[in-house]
Amino acid sequence: MAGAAYPVLENSAPRGIDPFGELRDLLRSGDLLRSLVWRDLTVRYKRSVIGFFWTMLNPLLLMIIFTIIFSAVFRFAGVQHYEIYFLSEYLVFNFFMQTTTQSMASLQWNGMMMKRVRVPKTIFSLSTAGSGLVNLLLSYVPLFVLMLLRGVPIRATVLFLPVAFLIIAMFTVGVSWVLSALAVFFDDVVHMWGVAVFGIMYMTPVIYPIEIIPQRWLWIIRVNPLTHLFKLARDPVYGGSLPAPHIFWSSLAVGLVTMVVGWLLYQRMARHFHHYL
Amino acid sequence: MEPAVTFEDVGLTYRISSGARLVSLKAWAIQHLRGQGVKWSTVHALDDVNLEVDRGEALGIIGHNGAGKSTLLRVAGGILAPSRGRAVIRGRIAPVIELGIGFEYELTGLENIFFNGALLGRSSREMRARVDEIVSFAELGDYIDQPLRTYSTGMVARLAFAVATTVDADILLLDEVLSVGDEQFKHKCLDRIRDFRQRGVTILFVSHDLDSVASLCDRAAWLAGGRLVKAGDAAEVVQEYTVSMEARG
Repeated sequence: MAGAAYPVLENSAPRGIDPFGELRDLLRSGDLLRSLVWRDLTVRYKRSVIGFFWTMLNPLLLMIIFTIIFSAVFRFAGVQHYEIYFLSEYLVFNFFMQTTTQSMASLQWNGMMMKRVRVPKTIFSLSTAGSGLVNLLLSYVPLFVLMLLRGVPIRATVLFLPVAFLIIAMFTVGVSWVLSALAVFFDDVVHMWGVAVFGIMYMTPVIYPIEIIPQRWLWIIRVNPLTHLFKLARDPVYGGSLPAPHIFWSSLAVGLVTMVVGWLLYQRMARHFHHYL
Repeated sequence: MEPAVTFEDVGLTYRISSGARLVSLKAWAIQHLRGQGVKWSTVHALDDVNLEVDRGEALGIIGHNGAGKSTLLRVAGGILAPSRGRAVIRGRIAPVIELGIGFEYELTGLENIFFNGALLGRSSREMRARVDEIVSFAELGDYIDQPLRTYSTGMVARLAFAVATTVDADILLLDEVLSVGDEQFKHKCLDRIRDFRQRGVTILFVSHDLDSVASLCDRAAWLAGGRLVKAGDAAEVVQEYTVSMEARG
C-alpha cells in the first residue's frame, strides 16, 4: 500500500492562534512570496512606459522640490548638502509610508484570494514589503549618483545599509500586519493612517534637522523610537558614521518586538476575516 | 484503508452584525462607549456534517443555492477553517474551485500560468515541468506570450482550467466548472475528469447539473441549509432530490 505517502491535512476549528503552524506554512511558501513580489513589480512597471526608471525618477523629482523649498524658502542653518541629508532618511521613511499604506489595500484586494485558495494569511504584508524593498534599493542609485555629482564622499559605512534596511523592514512589516488586519474590519483605518503617517513624519526629524527643535520639546523627538530607527539609514550615508551600540541594539529590539507583536495580533484578528471579506 | 476525506461534526458559522454593518472604527468605538456593544446574529453555513469519501471514489455534492456545497468544498481544501469539528484530508489536493484566481490582465498567458500555479501552492519547479502540457491543453499556441487582456473569454477560461487540472493530485475538488468554454472544450474537460477517475483520483464534485452527477459520480451527498440530508448511491440520491424538488413545486 502506498497509503503512507499521502500528506495529511487536518483542518479543524482554531483553538487560539497557532504561530508555529503559520510559520511552517510561510516557510513552505517561498515560491509564492517570490511570485507575489514579482507580480507587484511587473504589473506596476508594465503600465508605465519608462518602467523601472520611474522608481529612480520619483525620489529625484521629490528631491528637487524639497531642495528648492528648504534651501531657498525655509532655510535650515548649518545643514550642508541638504538634499543628501533629506534623501538619506526620506527614502527609508518613504518605504515605511508606502508599505504600510499599500499593505492595507493589498489585503483588501488579496482578501478575495484568501477565500479562494489556501495561502498563509500573513504573506501579503510580506510581499508588499518585499516589492517595497526592491524599489528602495533602486532609489539608492540616483542618491549615490547625486552624491558623486555634489562631491559628497561615499564612505565604507554605507555597507551598514543592508542591516539598517532589515531592521526598518521588520518594524514596517509589524506595523503593516496590524494596520492591514484592522483595515479588514474598519474601512476608515486607511484614512486615519493617511493622516497619522504625516504626523509621524513631522515628529521624526526626516525633513528637518533635530537642531531646530526648541529645547523644551526635544525630549519628544528623543524618546520617539522612530527617530533612531530611521537614522540608522541616514548616518552611514550622510555623516559617514555607524550608530552607537546602544542605539543599534535598541533599534533592533524595537524592530523585532514590533514584528513579533504585529505577527501575533494579525493572526488573532485573521481568525475573524471570513466574516468580513 | 483510510478514507481520503473525512468530515467529522463539521460546522461553520458566520457572524453578521445586526443593524448597520460596522465598517468604521469610529462607529464601533461610539457603540462601545454607549455600552451597547455589537449585536451579532449567526448564520450556519455548515451544521454537523459527517461524511467520508473513500480513495478513488467520486462524490457528487448537490443541493440548492446557499445549501453549503461550496463551503464544504472550501473546508476540504483547507481554505476555510470550520468553526466546529474537523476535516481530515489525506493526499495532495487540486482545488478547481474558482478558476483563474489572481489572473492579471497586463501579464502574458505564460506569466499568469506561473503566478496562478504559485497561488495554488505549486512549486515553480513543478510549474516549469508542466508548462508545455498546460499551453497545449489550453490550445493557445503563440498567444501564450501575449498579455491576457488580448484574450477572449473562452481563451481565459481554457487557460484557467488547464492550469488548475494539469497537476499530480490525489484529490480533486471541482466546483461547477463545466460551465466554461464552448461545447468542444466542455467535452475535453469532461474527458480530463474521467481521466482523473481512471487514475484513481478521489473527486468531490459540486454541481447543479444532476445528470452529470448521476453519470460521473459513485455516491452523492445532498445538503440543505448546511446540513447533510442524505448520502448514498449517486443515482438514488439524485432521484430522491429530484422528487423532493418536484414536491416543492
